[in-house]
Amino acid sequence: MTMHFLLLFSRQGKLRLQKWFTPIPEREKKKIVRDMTTMVLGRKPRSCNFLHWKDLKIVYKKYASLYFCCGLDAEENELLALEVLHRYVELLDKYFGNVCELDIIFNFEKAYFILDEFLLGGEVQETSKQVVSRSIEASDMLQEVSERPRSR
Amino acid sequence: MPAPIRLRELIRTIRTARTQAEEREMIQKECAAIRSSFREEDNTYRCRNVAKLLYMHMLGYPAHFGQLECLKLIASQKFTDKRIGYLGAMLLLDERQDVHLLMTNCIKNDLNHSTQYVQGLALCTLGCMGSSEMCRDLAGEVEKLLKTSNSYLRKKAALCAVHVIRKVPELMEMFLPATKNLLSEKNHGVLHTSVVLLTEMCERSPDMLLHFRKVCLLVPQLVRILKNLIMSGYSPEHDVSGISDPFLQVRILRLLRILGRSDDDSSEAMNDILAQVATNTETSKNVGNAILYETVLTIMDIKSESGLRVLAINILGRFLLNNDKNIRYVALTSLLKTVQTDHNAVQRHRSTIVDCLKDLDVSIKRRAMELSFALVNGNNIRGMMKELLYFLDSCDPEFKADCASGVFLAAEKYAPSKRWHIDTIMRVLTTAGSYVRDDSVPNLIQLITNSVEMHAYTVQRLYKALLDDISQQPLVQVSSWCIGEYGDLLVSGQCEEEEPIQVTEDEVLDVLEGLLVSNLSTPVTRGYSLTAIMKLSTRFSSVNRIKKVVSIYSSSIDVELQQRAVEYNALFKKYDHMRPALLERMPIMEKTASNGPTEIMQTNGETEPSVPDTKHLPLVTQPANQANDLLDLLGGNDVVPVIQTTLPTKPASAGGELLDLLGDLSLSGGLAPAPSVPVSQPPFLLDGLSSQPLFNDTSAAIPPMTAYSKNGLKIEFTFERANPNPNIAVITIHATNTTEADMTEFVFQAAVPKTFQLQLLSPSSNIVPALNQGSVTQVIRVLNPQKQQLRMRVKLTYTHKGSPVQDLAEVNNFPPQSWQ
Repeated sequence: MTMHFLLLFSRQGKLRLQKWFTPIPEREKKKIVRDMTTMVLGRKPRSCNFLHWKDLKIVYKKYASLYFCCGLDAEENELLALEVLHRYVELLDKYFGNVCELDIIFNFEKAYFILDEFLLGGEVQETSKQVVSRSIEASDMLQEVSERPRSR
Repeated sequence: MPAPIRLRELIRTIRTARTQAEEREMIQKECAAIRSSFREEDNTYRCRNVAKLLYMHMLGYPAHFGQLECLKLIASQKFTDKRIGYLGAMLLLDERQDVHLLMTNCIKNDLNHSTQYVQGLALCTLGCMGSSEMCRDLAGEVEKLLKTSNSYLRKKAALCAVHVIRKVPELMEMFLPATKNLLSEKNHGVLHTSVVLLTEMCERSPDMLLHFRKVCLLVPQLVRILKNLIMSGYSPEHDVSGISDPFLQVRILRLLRILGRSDDDSSEAMNDILAQVATNTETSKNVGNAILYETVLTIMDIKSESGLRVLAINILGRFLLNNDKNIRYVALTSLLKTVQTDHNAVQRHRSTIVDCLKDLDVSIKRRAMELSFALVNGNNIRGMMKELLYFLDSCDPEFKADCASGVFLAAEKYAPSKRWHIDTIMRVLTTAGSYVRDDSVPNLIQLITNSVEMHAYTVQRLYKALLDDISQQPLVQVSSWCIGEYGDLLVSGQCEEEEPIQVTEDEVLDVLEGLLVSNLSTPVTRGYSLTAIMKLSTRFSSVNRIKKVVSIYSSSIDVELQQRAVEYNALFKKYDHMRPALLERMPIMEKTASNGPTEIMQTNGETEPSVPDTKHLPLVTQPANQANDLLDLLGGNDVVPVIQTTLPTKPASAGGELLDLLGDLSLSGGLAPAPSVPVSQPPFLLDGLSSQPLFNDTSAAIPPMTAYSKNGLKIEFTFERANPNPNIAVITIHATNTTEADMTEFVFQAAVPKTFQLQLLSPSSNIVPALNQGSVTQVIRVLNPQKQQLRMRVKLTYTHKGSPVQDLAEVNNFPPQSWQ
């Protein structure tokens, strides 16, 4: 699943997470974010979850108030991409317990850490939910241990 | 200085801002605080500050001053620092930044760290955004980690290797040894990433592909793994809705696809497992369908047996009936890919596909439309067209242009009758007239012209359409042209196909004049209607009215209209004797290709200089005497002298030079009927007649020349330009012999200066018959990219009256047109 980017944004178009898997200039990133939010938010309610944008396939899914949107190569399997997005949501849910948008807002760095245990270079690196969760837990533990008493 | 505020507190504060300006103010304040903290080289709070900076960056504010701080965090010993540092690096530092390379050393150290989570961070960062230089420097470390027994690191190293290979393909070789045992892993994470790595290598290098296929025998291994996944019982760790590790299954299927592509043995080896997956996978949820989808793609791409292919297409057919839109969409996309190769199998699902035209989803409708057009053939044209026209009526504007073009193309290819064809075109023009592409207008006009027996019917229907609605420009343009051309048929009520309508000349002129004054008409449309009115001057009797209209427009503000009107006026006054000939009925336009407009352009270019004589024969529908009149007139006319020079040098054809000119016209540029001058044409009416072929056009005839004449042997060169490359001159040599003995073993050789390239084709024979009884011809092609003056040295050898003769000569008298 070669992903070019993964974006999370709210119903109002506010960006909550942006992961880029290819080097893109800052200005272009902003444009892509704008285009994605406009296109996805402009979709009719019961449309299918796939779009075409330039030479990429765009797969998006709405979970509560958050849109998960990724850009893929044209030959990729869109149905599997939906599964990938779903798996990420499940991982977030397991970590935060009934995850909601606020969790992602206030703990955005954790959302990134979880993503980095699930995807690497745009590909799935671990297919087991438990393994990912355990890795995150262990990393968090390591972080606590390495911290001085004063918290961040 | 007080401790910088915590991340979460900052987030909370910023979210209380009620306006953009308020938010900006808070952010600026905090940024200033962070900046001074960075300046003080505060180690304690660097992590916190960078985290806050990353948050503000996500909101869209600049954060470049934090780049170096990320590097410092990465270099720190604390895991917390490293975590945020690497995150910051991935967000703020891509390979375009200069400081990017400074990370290399840190990453190298961290790749060898004692803690696997630190190593993991480094691998992740490198695999996500490592530049080519970094990849080159660190590939060795990655390769080492690829061989470790630690599965946590191994899986990350595999994907990191994928990134390295993508960035620096030459490094692929070095990872080959490490891939040896990858597939014997039990760990799914490692298995999955290994398959990704192998896929990347196979896709990039055909040698690797062969190696993996033949030497490593990858296919049986993959088949085995896939089989285990399907047959094994419930595995809680990898289960998704009853399916075991769908991610891995899909990746394996994709790798199988690459291995089986164009290889019979591999394809056969995977036949069974593909059939098994195709029939046994649960289809109730998306995940099962994702696997089926990948299976179908694999089956269609490898050399599978026909039974399997039919199975695959049937799966797609079932997908089409699925409630889930995504599945329907995916099915349509796949069917579109396979419709060329497995046309009949896809045809079976035609009615389902056509039903999808009525789907609510825009993406599905578009796919269904494309697929429907691909499925149209001679047998189903009537039924399909009905559906497609209905679709055209009701679809969104974004589809109309493409649908209209598709309808035209399909109608052209498979029209069961001319009347049906014209009716279909009419329907498109009236329902989607404003969305029709501009280039359809000349195509349609050509089609109408060539359907001779339908002229009366067509013009009648178009006229009636005009009465209803003059807003759709393509419709109006085609209609005006037809009325101008066939107005006489309209008023004489000659229609056979349907009830002829009663219409007078004045009514027709009213309609056309109405177009001229209407706000809805574009300038192009106005041009069409003025010309149409003018043409009617030879078909109608109310010439005075037409004269009046034309003279009114000779002072029009629109320059194009003005010019036309002035010229038409001139036609009434000074050149009235030419008017009937100029405004004659258009001949049938030859069309060598039956596809879209681009084809016409190409064939025009190609056929122009070397149009064989036979092409002109169908054009002879005009009375010859009028043609000759025109010829006389042009011959004596000092307005356009150029016509005189080109006429005699054009290759002789049946029916006189007028037909030649018209022949050129109709082939070049689609719509260029004699009297109506398209916008880009040179101004004078008569120039318009001779049109483009004269001046810059590459088909302008180049006069022949005598290259050599000595001892009874005469060699003449005739020229053509080879289209599409105007830098190539095609010279045909004609060797003739005036002596009483044959010249045998005749060999012609030529040499050109270095800047040219020469190609000599085979001669017609090597005997030049005596007494000009025949000639030897040979074609020379000269490539002259620098457009330098053509010079040639020729060497002739032959046997004459028993003795060998050899001669060298320089040829310098090439006409300028042959090399300019």
